[in-house]
Amino acid sequence: MGRGGSRATGAAAPPWHALPDEVWEHAFSFLPTAADRGAAAGACSSWLRAERRSRHHLAVANCYAAAPRDAIERFPAVRAAEVKGKPHFADFGLVPPAWGGAAAPWIAAAADGWPLLEELSFKRMVVTDECLEMIAASFRNFQVLRLVSCDGFSTAGLAAIAAGCRQLRELDLQENEIEDCSIHWLSLFPESFTSLVTLNFSCLDGEVNITVLERLVTRCRNLKTLKLNNAIPLDKLASLLQKAPQLVELGTGKFSADYHPDLFAKLEVAFGGCKSLRKLSGAWDAVPDYLPAFYCVCDGLTSLNLSYATVRGPELIKFISRCKNLQQLWVMDLIEDLGLAVVASSCSKLQELRVFPSDHFGLGVLTERGLVDVSASCPMLESVLYFCRRMTNEALITIAKNRPNFTCFRLCILEPHTPDYITQHPLDAGFSAIVESCKGLRRLSISGLLTDLVFRSIGAHADRLEMLSIAFAGNSDLGLNYILSGCKSLKKLEIRDCPFGDKPLLANAAKLETMRSLWMSSCLLTLGACRQLARKMPHLSVEIMNDPGWSCPLDSLPDESPVEKLYVYRTIAGPRSDTPSYVQIV
Amino acid sequence: MAGADVGTELRLGLPGGGAEAGAKAGKRGFEDTIDLKLKLPTAGMEEAASKPEPPAAEKPPAPKVQAVGWPPVRSYRRNIMTVQPVKSKKEEEAEKHQQPAANAGGSSSGFVKVSMDGAPYLRKVDLKLYSSYKDLSVALRKMFGPFTATGNSMNEGSVADPVNGSDAVTTYEDKDGDWMLVGDVPWQMFVESCKRLRIMKGSEAIGLAPRAKDKNKNKS
Repeated sequence: MGRGGSRATGAAAPPWHALPDEVWEHAFSFLPTAADRGAAAGACSSWLRAERRSRHHLAVANCYAAAPRDAIERFPAVRAAEVKGKPHFADFGLVPPAWGGAAAPWIAAAADGWPLLEELSFKRMVVTDECLEMIAASFRNFQVLRLVSCDGFSTAGLAAIAAGCRQLRELDLQENEIEDCSIHWLSLFPESFTSLVTLNFSCLDGEVNITVLERLVTRCRNLKTLKLNNAIPLDKLASLLQKAPQLVELGTGKFSADYHPDLFAKLEVAFGGCKSLRKLSGAWDAVPDYLPAFYCVCDGLTSLNLSYATVRGPELIKFISRCKNLQQLWVMDLIEDLGLAVVASSCSKLQELRVFPSDHFGLGVLTERGLVDVSASCPMLESVLYFCRRMTNEALITIAKNRPNFTCFRLCILEPHTPDYITQHPLDAGFSAIVESCKGLRRLSISGLLTDLVFRSIGAHADRLEMLSIAFAGNSDLGLNYILSGCKSLKKLEIRDCPFGDKPLLANAAKLETMRSLWMSSCLLTLGACRQLARKMPHLSVEIMNDPGWSCPLDSLPDESPVEKLYVYRTIAGPRSDTPSYVQIV
Repeated sequence: MAGADVGTELRLGLPGGGAEAGAKAGKRGFEDTIDLKLKLPTAGMEEAASKPEPPAAEKPPAPKVQAVGWPPVRSYRRNIMTVQPVKSKKEEEAEKHQQPAANAGGSSSGFVKVSMDGAPYLRKVDLKLYSSYKDLSVALRKMFGPFTATGNSMNEGSVADPVNGSDAVTTYEDKDGDWMLVGDVPWQMFVESCKRLRIMKGSEAIGLAPRAKDKNKNKS
């Protein structure tokens, strides 16, 4: 492809640059990532034209980076779109309500310009019932709806989807705030509807009509993923499993009941029939005595999410140790270091480990030992999220040496400013070892006592780093300067409670345009710097937030006024018009 | 650099607390950081034991001030886990059986949903964190402040208008499913019977007030 006419025989082949668009479109369909397609589109205008007109999947990582209409115009053939809204720190309550991120403008534009749209995915956005109704009414081919950490809708909206989307294959609701209007939305899937492959309503608070669910599960023979909510009792779970033994992924929901040998036997038989089960989640409130019912599926499990399960002790550890083929494990820190040592020796194929804190107000249960063990014995481990109460430089250095293949390393020592508990030194050396050793590191979260030195290492060595999260770290502006003047691949930077001020921000203004976004809260920024930044960089949107509001017009405030929260992102859409009163675009 | 303005005092000490940390604002040298750190309780931890100690043993658990949004755990997870506290006993698990939806604001926690007419978001409050209607009123005002037309004007005294003078009225749904006006019954009784809160326009709330008192007369 593209080698020119050197092999032309007989009748002259068209020169490669005159090949019709369809040829390029076909070629581009083999490009694996959006980044590749973007690079191809930048080669010349005919490739640009061919690529954009054949792009079927569009990921908009920041809903304010471009206007919906622009996206539709540029990519008219999109069939699957994914849009993200609020800044990541909104997950932790740092962004007040009504900040923005409404899905409605995207859905309205899509209804107009992408009538053949099949898939929509929204993350951290406000999705209303009207949005869901519009989706159901506008896209006759609609197949996949995925909502992650969204809010603004209720079961009434779900009812519209159930009733209106005749081709629906996936309804995937992850960690959303959904208002329960007591509408039996499940019963609105028509009797003739059988296309469901994925149904995840685990985050839904509220009753579900079990009979309706059973009928739905029975008639959807292609159902592969079923994730239940709290409202399904254990014995009903067993019946559902018997109706859908082909399941690949199961979320058990509550999984709690007083131990009863009959119910245990029923569950055991039900799980025994699920020969294809690979992913298991839920088990909230699981009673340890019931865990053995899972034993027959352990061998086949590649993914286990017990991150909301409060079960602990030997039964938990025994259960996990039987899952020899586990690639992904999410668990609570109730597993303790001892449990992780067992994971280390049993789950040699582990690729991703996430350990969540069980007590948000305490110091944490885990120590460095659990992580050291797992990183030593799991050669394929590349992604870690770990909440613990203490750490040492030595442990981090050991981990870095063991696992140079980390792509994602997120360590949260629960108490801010915690030093190496043995030497009392900052953890600079440890995290430096991580970034020096793990050349493919794409995501990093650091914690504990840290000085500017760690930022020097990160800036110098973390060439592939795309996302960096910093809290309660650093001594001075130097820290931020190291990051912004280094970290060649940085896309997202989020900082809270660090002594970083105006100078490094202004000195590295151009860098910000190469990044998707920057969040800084509780740092040492002033309004003057934000004004300068906005003046200097017209393609950046500089948003500042003051909760609960501004006591006087922004223009009248002096340059020295402190800025509590700053969110900067590049955009071709200009300043957004849907800001709440506490947000000002400088 | 601009540094230590009032209101941007940097505290490298414990989040939200530490008078000694508050006194030192602005940039600090490396040595100062270590110095400060040694004063803090976490610095002295020596770990000789081979098993992790429970958090309670390390320091008094009470009045600990947490920074907002710390630890970095999703609000969704935080709400769920607060309602499902870590339990190791079977009998405690049986107690939760009574309410299938863990977030229903039942006996195991004080979290209830709060909606305000016109606001696109619901919020959640833990009633057990407050000891009076006044405290709750302050918290609700903080939560829903941005939604009001005129901002932060606070109507003193009446808890029925926590957000914006006489326009808003706070109501709640009690265990029987009835919608009541907040403020009629003793605080503790309210906490026990409140399932969810709704801040509505005053005009729609007419007619609610008498029911609370009648209901209480009928209860033994």
